[in-house]
Amino acid sequence: MERQFASSDMFVEAPDAPRKTRLEIFWRLFRKNRLAMFGLVIFILFFFTALIGLLLTSGQDPFFDPAQVRLQEKLRPPLSSPNLDSLRPDEVPRLGIYLFGTDDLGRDVFSRMLQGAWVSLTVGFVAVGISVLVGIFLGGVAGWFGEKRIGMIRILFAILVLTGAVLAASGAYLSFFWFLSGAFLCLIFLYGTRGRDIFLLGSISVDNLIMRLVDIMLCFPSFFLILTVVALLPASIYNIMIVIGLTSWMGTTRFVRAEFLSLREQDFVTAAKALGVGDFRIIFRHMMPNAIAPVLVSATIGIATAILTEAGLSFLGFGVPPPYATWGNILSDGKRFIFDAPWITFIPGIAILIVVLCFNLFGEGLRDALNPKLRERG
Amino acid sequence: MVSFIGKSIIQKVITLFFVSIVSFLIIHLAPGSPSQVDPMNPKFTPEMVERFRAEFHLDEPLHVQYLLFYKDLFTGKTISWRDNRSVLMKIWERFLNSLPLFIVGTILTWTLSFPVGIRSAIGRGGVYDRSATFISYLLISIPGFFFAYILIILVVTRFHVPVIGMETFGTGAVSTVQMVMDRIWHLLLPSVLGATGGIAVLSRYVRSQMLEVEGQDYVRTARAKGLTPEQVHYRHALRNALLPFVTMFGLILPGLIGGSVIIESIFSWPGMGRMAYEAILARDYPVILTVNFISAVLVLAGTFISDLLYMVVDPRIRL
Repeated sequence: MERQFASSDMFVEAPDAPRKTRLEIFWRLFRKNRLAMFGLVIFILFFFTALIGLLLTSGQDPFFDPAQVRLQEKLRPPLSSPNLDSLRPDEVPRLGIYLFGTDDLGRDVFSRMLQGAWVSLTVGFVAVGISVLVGIFLGGVAGWFGEKRIGMIRILFAILVLTGAVLAASGAYLSFFWFLSGAFLCLIFLYGTRGRDIFLLGSISVDNLIMRLVDIMLCFPSFFLILTVVALLPASIYNIMIVIGLTSWMGTTRFVRAEFLSLREQDFVTAAKALGVGDFRIIFRHMMPNAIAPVLVSATIGIATAILTEAGLSFLGFGVPPPYATWGNILSDGKRFIFDAPWITFIPGIAILIVVLCFNLFGEGLRDALNPKLRERG
Repeated sequence: MVSFIGKSIIQKVITLFFVSIVSFLIIHLAPGSPSQVDPMNPKFTPEMVERFRAEFHLDEPLHVQYLLFYKDLFTGKTISWRDNRSVLMKIWERFLNSLPLFIVGTILTWTLSFPVGIRSAIGRGGVYDRSATFISYLLISIPGFFFAYILIILVVTRFHVPVIGMETFGTGAVSTVQMVMDRIWHLLLPSVLGATGGIAVLSRYVRSQMLEVEGQDYVRTARAKGLTPEQVHYRHALRNALLPFVTMFGLILPGLIGGSVIIESIFSWPGMGRMAYEAILARDYPVILTVNFISAVLVLAGTFISDLLYMVVDPRIRL
């Protein structure tokens, strides 16, 4: 739209000096923060390691085979050379040495670490992706449509239908029947009263509804809840990602809602409304770019937390079923040999530490660089 | 004030009600059922399973099970499916074991993070501040179980004291002093581990709060009046920086039942976290649900107390 105006009106003055874009200002501030730059560099390195690791350790005949068992070569320290006499040619490690040593089954820890890097990376990103999506959606709805009120009967109806659906999905048909008839009663009610609130049950605002949902979710002790769900569901890495994602969206929702509440009072939103821009275009095109900063920061730190949570679950023996390696279960296997073969514990431990540290430092740097107070000064 | 308290309590009771429903649904809708816990056991005949199901109302429809369960919980009659013992008694026993860890951990957190945070804020950008910042990031980022093993290696090889469990096995006939020392050694590592994350986070928070207050006009005025730096920092700045932390006392409460699963597993500490973990593994639904319910109550009570404290200490909130 702006461009059209500019081309049709030749007298529009060009700005005198080239103005810096937001990204340039951000980058100038960010670059000064040495710790954050360190975090970013490690993050990029980690990303490529995980990607290469995935390519080199998967498939029928992987380049580095993380599942190759060599019982005669167990618990060899890092950088030791293999005993070539006792190995078949296809069992010899590709690098000629055991870079990170071997574990109690003689598997190459280096290959297993490469395989596990991808798990850590995807768990972090997918879990946070889910939580950010849910958070932005609910926070946006609460912040933008917050004053809309919903009658209690409608909420009751929604709850009954939802619970009924969950019950039906799990095969509890008798309960499902009761919930369904309850929902049906609500429906009759709604039609009979034509949406008027004749029983004075009152109504609740959308904002209130979503924030109470956040309160409910915050009541659950998060690691315990994740542990419960993961233990009850079949072991799979996707379940872990989804569960971590679905139990960590509350912070994002609160941030987005708070940002939206202050943004929607501002003039550019009023202007957009006056121009007749639709609700969703205002939300996603005009407000979201202004509200995204705290979400990005919390997402980066959320990735760190998700990686730690996954490692903790793997350590306790939940999550990815063996023989697939994750950093958490390599460490968990190694703990029995902590005095004889400390490298099996220390290598994955230090790897997790470095990766989580880099996300935390990067997130904090992001927070500083996106902080408007600092931006004006810089 | 009274209307605020009333409203807040009603709201929290409603929240609790929904928490109870959601946790009940999560537990009961997960695939697999508790009567199939031990299908390989030859003693577990179909009749046994039927009797088990009838005994624990598992043959009733779900909403009836829900009502029965919470009726039992409120009358204190809930029993564990695993050993038929009262769940509340079980939790109480484990709670007493976790309590020392919680107390020592909390004391460590609150006594260490304030001096560290305040000193970082006063010497902002200096060597102390930067190293404290980096160390706290390290402590936030290190996986608890990895840190636990580092500390175990350190303590066991340097000081030659056993640290796993609550006390050394088979020390019946030693003097009281030795027994107390033994207990303290066993308590030390798990509580230090429980406190590290808290120290790192809280000291950062103290620092930022202190920095914010130090930038206020009245602190500048105090400096301009010619007060000594000590008076400015500790009398003018610190008192106001402490305000948000008073409310955080309420938020400690949920930690009472939290008990870290991972740390308690590593140290074989028979605390709350371990009990919850074992209950999850054994699908002992009454224990899981009760722990969940109590912790939800504590979370809600904690936020309630912190709201109240805020009203007490900050007159601007009191309307």
